Amino acid sequence: MDIEVRFFATLREGRGKKVYLDYEEGIDSYNIIRLFKIKEEDVAILLINGRNGELNTKLSKGDIVSIFPPVGGG
Amino acid sequence: MYGYVGKILRINLKERVANVEALDLEVAKKFIGGRGLGTKMLMEEVDPKIDALSPENKLIVVSGPLTGTPTPTGGRYMVVTKSPLTGTVASSNSGGYWGAELKFAGYDGIIIEEKADSPVYVNIEDDKVEIKDASNLWGKVVSETTDLLEKEYGGKVKVLTIGPAGEKLSRIAAIMNDKDRAAGRSGVGAVMGSKNLKAITVRGSNRKAKVKEPDKLKQVFSRSIKKIRDNGVTGQGLPTYGTAVLVNVINESGVHPTNNFQDGFFGNADDISGETLAEKYLVKKEACYRCPIVCGRYCKVDDIEGGGPEYETIWAYGSDCGVNDLGEIIKANYWCNELGLDTISAGATLAAAMELYQKGYIKDEEVDGPPLEFGNAHAVMEWTKKMGLREGLGDKFAEGSYRLAEMYGAPELSMSVKKQELPAYDPRGIQGQGLQYATSNRGGCHVRGYLISPEILGLPEKLDRFSLEGKPTWVKIFQDLTAVIDSLGLCLFTSFALGVEDYADLYNAVCGTDHTAQSILQAGDRIWNIEKLFNLESGLDSSDDTLPKRLLEEPIPEGPSKGWITKLDEMLPKYYEERGWDEKGVPTEEKLVELGLLMKTKA
Ligand code: SF4
Repeated sequence: MDIEVRFFATLREGRGKKVYLDYEEGIDSYNIIRLFKIKEEDVAILLINGRNGELNTKLSKGDIVSIFPPVGGG
Repeated sequence: MYGYVGKILRINLKERVANVEALDLEVAKKFIGGRGLGTKMLMEEVDPKIDALSPENKLIVVSGPLTGTPTPTGGRYMVVTKSPLTGTVASSNSGGYWGAELKFAGYDGIIIEEKADSPVYVNIEDDKVEIKDASNLWGKVVSETTDLLEKEYGGKVKVLTIGPAGEKLSRIAAIMNDKDRAAGRSGVGAVMGSKNLKAITVRGSNRKAKVKEPDKLKQVFSRSIKKIRDNGVTGQGLPTYGTAVLVNVINESGVHPTNNFQDGFFGNADDISGETLAEKYLVKKEACYRCPIVCGRYCKVDDIEGGGPEYETIWAYGSDCGVNDLGEIIKANYWCNELGLDTISAGATLAAAMELYQKGYIKDEEVDGPPLEFGNAHAVMEWTKKMGLREGLGDKFAEGSYRLAEMYGAPELSMSVKKQELPAYDPRGIQGQGLQYATSNRGGCHVRGYLISPEILGLPEKLDRFSLEGKPTWVKIFQDLTAVIDSLGLCLFTSFALGVEDYADLYNAVCGTDHTAQSILQAGDRIWNIEKLFNLESGLDSSDDTLPKRLLEEPIPEGPSKGWITKLDEMLPKYYEERGWDEKGVPTEEKLVELGLLMKTKA
């Protein structure tokens, strides 16, 4: 339970709200996207511990990854 | 005449007369319409120093050149007046169907002067304009007033009205149209109430706007619609979840103000999110006039149903009050719409009241309603009613958070700029948005420049939200572009998908203007500057371009934005420079000449 992945909006369909994963050496956010079969173009915002992450950001133990499709409003 | 219809209706409520005047097309084009043209008229007709609730103030309701035309979201109108909340120029925008109907009746705008000696409403059917007795409507809530007027004039009439909050001169009262659409901010409803004007009904028969270049418009229209449909936010995010989809992303970034901005992260955010709204309460989706985005929600809980709630409302009544019961938030939103209150200011004022109670300023013996504790879901609905009706302690809340906190000797507990409550983004973790809040011409507001778009949502490009680099330039461009969109009569949400060239092309095709991206942005700059001139003449100065002390001095205590404050001092001088203003934030003569706005101002 070393990495927490949170899904939002339409990305929750079939995936639920959050999933915990075991940490593996060298894992990055792209591995996560692949693992959950999320298309790259559906990822509009990717936060790691609430800060901007990139698709190739290496993850550390205890990280929280939040994945959003395009959202907006005001 | 194209786009514009060429007529302004002037109504004097004291004399009970209505006259039609020709629109000065040259002036209209210089200030585009809507917000820009309304401010130009206000500047010419009203001394900025007057008391906003005196008969000398005027209520200007004005459409844009694209209102009522076949452009995407072309249905908006603007209420421009001096604000009783901020003392600045107020321009509050609303969608729905009323704005387009005003155009169909043959008017670009209405100027309402003086005060009626007893409650009245105005009925407009093309050339027929009547000022009628409203004693049977006075005191009634928005839906009942609307129903009665629809019964009188038939279901096709469009109704704009105030609720009891506006009648009772609440400084956070809204003007409502089509029941649940609001020109919400800056207390414009109180100005209408101060004139004893309950409602304006309108019906127009000329439903086809004149377009200068119909073929070109078809092209630009298809291109714009395609962009709107293809864009993830306008084509997917907003239609699916409405604005409430923001709750989670703003909270996950640690900038979701909680308990009156004491925290930036709300542990129960998912309970009040757009996802939960869709799952539990959504009945249907609603669109404004000619809108392909359809962000409006219509929700039901227990025996209450109605339009909304929007993200800002959910935040103000939710995390800002520590409340995680979305059902109660929907009820509070319903009562805001019925009583005619601005949901942002109303919720945020309750949050300030809760902190005043928490810190011992408001004493138990004064609390003649549910306990004012953060997290008390039942309290937010009950206090909204008391606020809108000015009952008991609610009478003080109706003045807005700044005056409320000032009454208790603690104005610093009002999370406001220029006395207007800040919306749902903690600027300590979003530096550009902080600068935008501080410099907004109508005080605490996110829709004068939505820096959330680049700083959080990554649109049109992703900026580092903690960096100060380039932010003054971004703020200026966003403020100027927003002024353009507001003045054209379009919805700001189109800007997630459309760029400045699209707006110039839409305007050119409809009105035959020859704007480039650069020249239309300059018109936005001009509008921003005339608003600034109004504010300066009303007595505001650069000391008002600031944020609540908490946001400048107390770091966010927890969450992903922990440790940050807004570094306003480092950005403000650069912003003034970017605007071509002096170090005191006063437009230089050179700048005013450049914009064709040379007027005398106080240094
Ligand atoms: S995007 Fe929403 S607020 Fe804007 S015009 Fe469409 S429905 Fe109305």
